[in-house]
Amino acid sequence: MRKLLIAVAVLALTAAACAPEDDEPAANGTGTATGTTSPAADECATENLPTFEEGQLTVATSNPVFPPWFSGKVEGSDWKNPSPQSGEGFESAFTYALAEELGFSEDQVIWVEEPFNKTYAPGDKEYDFSVQEISITPKRAEAVDFSVGYYDANQALIALEGSPAADATSIEDLKSTRLGAQIGTTGLTFIEEAIQPDQEAQVFDDTSAAKAALENGQIDGIVVDLPTAFYISAVEIPNSSVVAQFENVPGIEGEQFGLTFEKGNPLVGCVDQAIEQLKSDGTLDAIQQEWLSDVVDVPVLG
Amino acid sequence: MSLPGGGGPTPGARTPVPGDDLQLPRRPTLRDSLRAEGARGAVIATISTAVFIGVIVIAAVNSPGWARVRESFFDGEAFAESFPDIVSGFWVNVQMFLIAEALVLVFALLIAVLRSIPGPVFFPLRLVAVAYTDLFRGIPTLLVIFLLGFGMPALRLQGLPTSEMFWGVVALVLVYSAYVAEVYRAGIESVHPSQRAAARSLGLGQWQAMRFVILPQAVRRVIPPLLNDFVGLQKETALVAVLGVREAVREAGIYSTSTFDYTSYLGASILFIVVTIPLARFTDHLIARGRRRREATGG
Repeated sequence: MRKLLIAVAVLALTAAACAPEDDEPAANGTGTATGTTSPAADECATENLPTFEEGQLTVATSNPVFPPWFSGKVEGSDWKNPSPQSGEGFESAFTYALAEELGFSEDQVIWVEEPFNKTYAPGDKEYDFSVQEISITPKRAEAVDFSVGYYDANQALIALEGSPAADATSIEDLKSTRLGAQIGTTGLTFIEEAIQPDQEAQVFDDTSAAKAALENGQIDGIVVDLPTAFYISAVEIPNSSVVAQFENVPGIEGEQFGLTFEKGNPLVGCVDQAIEQLKSDGTLDAIQQEWLSDVVDVPVLG
Repeated sequence: MSLPGGGGPTPGARTPVPGDDLQLPRRPTLRDSLRAEGARGAVIATISTAVFIGVIVIAAVNSPGWARVRESFFDGEAFAESFPDIVSGFWVNVQMFLIAEALVLVFALLIAVLRSIPGPVFFPLRLVAVAYTDLFRGIPTLLVIFLLGFGMPALRLQGLPTSEMFWGVVALVLVYSAYVAEVYRAGIESVHPSQRAAARSLGLGQWQAMRFVILPQAVRRVIPPLLNDFVGLQKETALVAVLGVREAVREAGIYSTSTFDYTSYLGASILFIVVTIPLARFTDHLIARGRRRREATGG
């Protein structure tokens, strides 16, 4: 019987060894600012910011990244063309402007890789926030904290010239087409909720796969956010065009991109304040003009 | 379980038969090991298992991050909400693996037979078979799926299908035939050369010896490892999702990425397990039956 007890004890210890250790709450900094309450000014002084690495802003995005959100290449970057370190492209330029507003210099911004579907994994994050065109929704906000929105996104349809979707003048015309979208995007929600095509939408891991299927004629059109649609039709698939953009459609009204933070990250308040500042002093508009200026003159369906 | 030849598993309960000492000791199964320990053993096994699992569960549930993990992975509401779509996606997986398995059975056998044909004239055929198995076991399945699923339609050849599911199944058949061909070959090589010699001496030709003597024995022996590869194939149907196909894991991913909740993947896992476990038990059953038969015939 003693042997049994010992054996059970050993098993129990083995099991216990697998259990995670208590983790210290990440309470560097003051730790009083939570959520979106507007923090006192000195809390947002650069030296008081509770960042992941002291004196640095660690920013996550996926690899690869795509124009027009990121563009330009930097030698030695872990990202091939484009590299987020370039400061070029809307989100890269926005991130550096935000860093400056928070009091960080360019070389204090550290980029790390984070696939989209890991941004909402529970547990500690190895960065301050993630920037990768993530739409803010109430359901998602249960798993992560969002910053205030930094871009108002409309969805748009790209189609190959000559395909049935290219001549669509109403959402009704799109019902009989074969559409595709990237997983996790509002484009997909839009197809399913607003268009409701007869044939179920194809769903791809990234825009590269969706583009391949479009080029091959395996699908008639893809729904992506408008700036991405512009880039794809202008540069990547020349014989395609942006057929329409959609707005004021129930369910996706007022869609905005936000930065994502680990749930309860005390940094959110100060970042929100900095984004609002960039909005009110016109910096964000200027960045948008510079990198997303094509986004006009597209017929609106809806 | 009364067996011809008295091969019961309880020690001491079997009467020695002539030639008994020549039998290889049989590997005890999980059930055998429980039976051998008797009632007291069963009690101890139960306590030990309960404590072992209990400690793991308690450690997980009391860990500081458990509340977040439970919300993200074990959320009943999210499960109920996502499950119907996942079930309809799973039907796509079932169609893909049933079609692929039938094709693999035939195609892999062809490759294995090609590889086993003796004689210098057939060297090119053997070379093709070897190159095929080496190549398709070496290339990641994902690449084969991309290459066929997006590459073939891009060729824009008349008459070539563009369906993602079609090319996904073709890719799975190519990759898994390479594995299964090796399984078949192991079976063919396990048949003693004297069998072939005996068949030839009875007047059967090369091909007839293969068809009527070697293959029936070979295939029977390799059914368990063959089914093992099918379990792998069933799960890998999920890879076809990269082409845009809405199978179970993709449906789970769609829910997960739009709600930031991983619970939907649990639903997909359960469906795969529901199909895999009966197949695994069936494989065990076949292994046990094969062993009993060999023991019964003294072979």
